[in-house]
Amino acid sequence: MTQIAGYRAPFPGTQPPHLHPTYFSSIKRAPTKPQIRIPYTLSEVTGPTFKAEIVQPKAYDLTRQHRGEPIGERIIVSGRVLDENSRPVPNTLVEIWQANAAGRYHHEVDQHNAPLDPNFSGCGHTMTDSEGRYRFVTIRPGEYPWRNHYNAWRPKHIHFSLFGPAVATRLVTQMYFPGDSLLPFDPIFNCTADEKARNRLISVFDWENTIPDEALAYRFDLILRGREATPMEE
Amino acid sequence: MQWLVRDNLVGEGVSGERVTIQGRVLDGDGAPVADAVVEIWQANAHGKYAHPEDTQNKPLEPGFTGYGRVGTNREGGFRFTTIKPGPVPGPDGKEQAPHLLVSLLMRGLLRRLVTRIYFSNEQRNARDYILNLVEPERRGTLIAQAVDGHPGLLEWNVHLQGEHETVFFDLGL
Repeated sequence: MTQIAGYRAPFPGTQPPHLHPTYFSSIKRAPTKPQIRIPYTLSEVTGPTFKAEIVQPKAYDLTRQHRGEPIGERIIVSGRVLDENSRPVPNTLVEIWQANAAGRYHHEVDQHNAPLDPNFSGCGHTMTDSEGRYRFVTIRPGEYPWRNHYNAWRPKHIHFSLFGPAVATRLVTQMYFPGDSLLPFDPIFNCTADEKARNRLISVFDWENTIPDEALAYRFDLILRGREATPMEE
Repeated sequence: MQWLVRDNLVGEGVSGERVTIQGRVLDGDGAPVADAVVEIWQANAHGKYAHPEDTQNKPLEPGFTGYGRVGTNREGGFRFTTIKPGPVPGPDGKEQAPHLLVSLLMRGLLRRLVTRIYFSNEQRNARDYILNLVEPERRGTLIAQAVDGHPGLLEWNVHLQGEHETVFFDLGL
């Protein structure tokens, strides 16, 4: 019998629970019965892989996907994708999506009274290089109100979706910006109990990657599974 | 996430029994979840995953990667076309019954949910290691049922809560 090497479980409190009542939408959607722990089989330690050819060349630069330039402040967001042993995760797909500079998503269900930007759809993707690095050019997203509770506002954030080497490493999360005044009030950010784990979702200002006269930069490293794993936030 | 939508997993020259699986994602009130993403991962008809960790001596098929992604519509509905996978090895050294892995992403779920789709009229289900970890009365939530009068069409619904709550698996996430 072949023994399948799995993945370490996260430390308690470093990942959010399914039910987090202050995040209103979780109340009717979080399963109520205990999930069934299963051993890793070949099905869970394999997962989708993608050929480099599927990556659209302009997809890493969200400011150049349309005829004109989007309104807002250009920023660079880059970092590395690492596994639980701090080894780079090469050639893995990274997808992002975000609101525009006014805090509006280019999506029919977003009815927030803020302008759409015809030059910004807010979606990008890229593949990590052989050392697990990725880089996006985008604009700083705006905060926006949502209906979770009275006067609720989401902090500025960018959604990230990663595959990693296996179904077991799939991660969908959100990146925040340092010093955002809304972070202490955001039920989604605060659903991860462990403060250190939560703070791994805040990017760091990245002086080295700024481009003079062009763009400021933020660094956001993602760790798939293990002790230093990035908490999930869909 | 729209650019990577794949509701037909079957490329050219792919072998196996073609199936279309449709269903709805419903919340605790039975209301449709219109913003869910359903992701599929599965082996090909020979029971081989298109992945380097699968070292079984079975053929790969270039037209089949085993990955699918579909979104739900206003009624919470989704639908995708694929092939019934072959059996892959299980933790007890025996083959697992044919199954698809499903990840569910949606607003309100901070972590994705992981479940499986098995097939009805499949004798191997009775011996499947993972299905046998589930209480018998809940196993049905994991089995796609044939739709009468529509050969090749199967129905599988997701109930996030309630009496028929779907079985979700803990991968130690």
